[in-house]
Amino acid sequence: MANKLISEIPLPKSIANVFSARNISTAKDALTLTEFELMELLDVGLTEVRSALSQISEIVAPPYQTALSLMEQRFQNEHLGGHFPTGLKGLDAALCGGIPFGVLTELIGPAGIGKTQFCLKLSLLASLPTNYGGLDGRVIYIDVESKFSSRRLLEIGLRSFPEIFQMKEMAQEMAGRILVLRPTSLAEFTQSLEQIKVSLLQKQVKMLVIDSMAALVSGEHEQGARRQQTLSWHISFIKSLAEFSRIPVVVTNQVRSRNHEDASRYSFQVQSRDGAIGTTMQYDSHLVAALGIQWAHAVTTRLVLEAKSGERFIKVAKSPISPPLAFPFHITSSGISLLSDDGKEVMGPEINAIHCQVNSYWNLCCNVKKCRAQ
Amino acid sequence: MEIWRLPISASQRGKLISAGYTSLSSLSSISSSDLARELNVSESEAMNILKVASHSRGSETSNASCSIVEGAQSAWDMLHDEESLMHITTSSADLDNILGGGIHCKEVTEIGGVPGIGKTQLGIQIAVNVQIPNDFGGLGGNSIYIDTEGSFMVERAFQIAEACIEDMSEYNRFLRKDFQECKIKMQPQDILENIFYFRICSYTEQIALINYLDKFLSENKDVKVIVVDSVTFHFRQDFDDMALRTRVLSGMALKLMNLAKRFSLAVVLLNQVTTKHTEASFQLALALGDSWSHTCTNRIVLYWNGNERYAYIDKSPSLRSASAAYSVTARGIRNSSSSCKRIKMM
Repeated sequence: MANKLISEIPLPKSIANVFSARNISTAKDALTLTEFELMELLDVGLTEVRSALSQISEIVAPPYQTALSLMEQRFQNEHLGGHFPTGLKGLDAALCGGIPFGVLTELIGPAGIGKTQFCLKLSLLASLPTNYGGLDGRVIYIDVESKFSSRRLLEIGLRSFPEIFQMKEMAQEMAGRILVLRPTSLAEFTQSLEQIKVSLLQKQVKMLVIDSMAALVSGEHEQGARRQQTLSWHISFIKSLAEFSRIPVVVTNQVRSRNHEDASRYSFQVQSRDGAIGTTMQYDSHLVAALGIQWAHAVTTRLVLEAKSGERFIKVAKSPISPPLAFPFHITSSGISLLSDDGKEVMGPEINAIHCQVNSYWNLCCNVKKCRAQ
Repeated sequence: MEIWRLPISASQRGKLISAGYTSLSSLSSISSSDLARELNVSESEAMNILKVASHSRGSETSNASCSIVEGAQSAWDMLHDEESLMHITTSSADLDNILGGGIHCKEVTEIGGVPGIGKTQLGIQIAVNVQIPNDFGGLGGNSIYIDTEGSFMVERAFQIAEACIEDMSEYNRFLRKDFQECKIKMQPQDILENIFYFRICSYTEQIALINYLDKFLSENKDVKVIVVDSVTFHFRQDFDDMALRTRVLSGMALKLMNLAKRFSLAVVLLNQVTTKHTEASFQLALALGDSWSHTCTNRIVLYWNGNERYAYIDKSPSLRSASAAYSVTARGIRNSSSSCKRIKMM
């Protein structure tokens, strides 16, 4: 819509000619100039500029929908009103059905906590037919760190849905629906994204998993704000992919230790030195998300996986619909499963904190190795 | 009306006629200094003549200042307008208190905060609350929700609408017992039908839509609030030319302010947060830069304070700096301390 050509918009002939003579060919070019700049450039009066701009704007502006018709449309056309059930009952209930379509859902947590295991389970679920709770379609899995293990995937399938996976042809069919891409650099990833956009509608792709987003930039050398800028095009592109294809997009993110560039207070907070400052300090855990605050704004749902006192929790840290709940989980041979479907409500900014208890970290790694080896 | 009917002295009348001013319309566009020169009288006399002439013409205002500057309004007249201004409640009485009753109409309010603090929740709450009928102290208007990030969840809007209607029924039961109990006929679906949802996918579409709103609002006069969630998103990516970004943003802000004043509606812009390096430390600040921070009339920052969510009035021409706690519940935005349902007295 933004790149709509001026020549395709029904403007009066005189002004359309002037636009093309001055090399303003797309709507984007015309709309980013102010009225006076256009007057000067095109050498026409204010009223003509205004009327041309209002005609262009009317065509480029998207149509509206009432929220009611949006809801009816979603419930009629989409699986469960636009949600993909994860199979974790408590989580699905909190998220009003499951992972939402058309927006980004982020999984974040320390290494070895179970993000890839969760992604594997989700990919498997998406490939299943709808009567088994799946989306009956293809999954594109972008595996940056080469963590995808098809053996593990089939093991999860065999343990969770034995009736399907025991038959070799069915297992082949399901596994055949998961397409794995292994980009080795950010440039390759950018290329694959553009190809994906083309094949999304043609090839019946029902889910996109990117594991992990942070690993793509960690290879590049810039730090801090420059790193965020590198990704800004990708953030925008992936969001628009999700939006126009209305599929769930799951992205994993890593953690890193907090450095001096991570701010957590506003200027007016710093000035008022009252007791509140003391309490906020304890919630500034030393681990933060690797991709920064701009990325944190771009994701719609953030699920934090953490380890605390030997137990693992999956927390709904950011969600437009769910209260801040934490569910204990563990990883078994049939993938990730919740230990309790009743989430515990977490108060305050603690929901965003990422814990990785050092004393049980070694146990964590051992457990992970055990799981993978089985 | 003719010159000879004017209640001025005969000599002044004679001078007017000999100078060629025979009708009142000829006096309408001349300034007092020019008239003084032509008639050879003092300036105060000329001003007097003009005042009398405009009185007799029966012009709209009795205020002398209007004949001096076209289109100006005196502060006293504006006071009346300001006092009769409507507010949109946020459903949290504490928050409404520091806002002076709620979100002001005819003004642009910017609300910013870290991810997960409740900006979208507040935006949806406002889009629902503007529809509260006049009998309950609301504006009874429609809302436009401009979604640039895809964070608008219809199910959540339904939940909030349902809770709003339930609160209105409770209010009805408690306060209007003696009057005829007017049943709330509103359904959550009716509220959703009055939210006009636009999904924007690039900054060009954002600019185009705000240009188009002029026509849209003339055709839909019931719209009383425009919520943009968020105004930042498309301007943070792919903008190499920062000067261009500043120009485009300020042009957009001016148009929105213009819309707010002309159609008497409230404009709520939701903004994101970025880190800023000031005085050898990194602090949080609202995104889009320093020049943007001047463009909005009111600025509210949502932040975490201990375990509570707080709203702080960062900038406002009429409200004092204050902060208030609020909470995000299953029913929407509410006061923070009590866990039971609170009825807002209007």
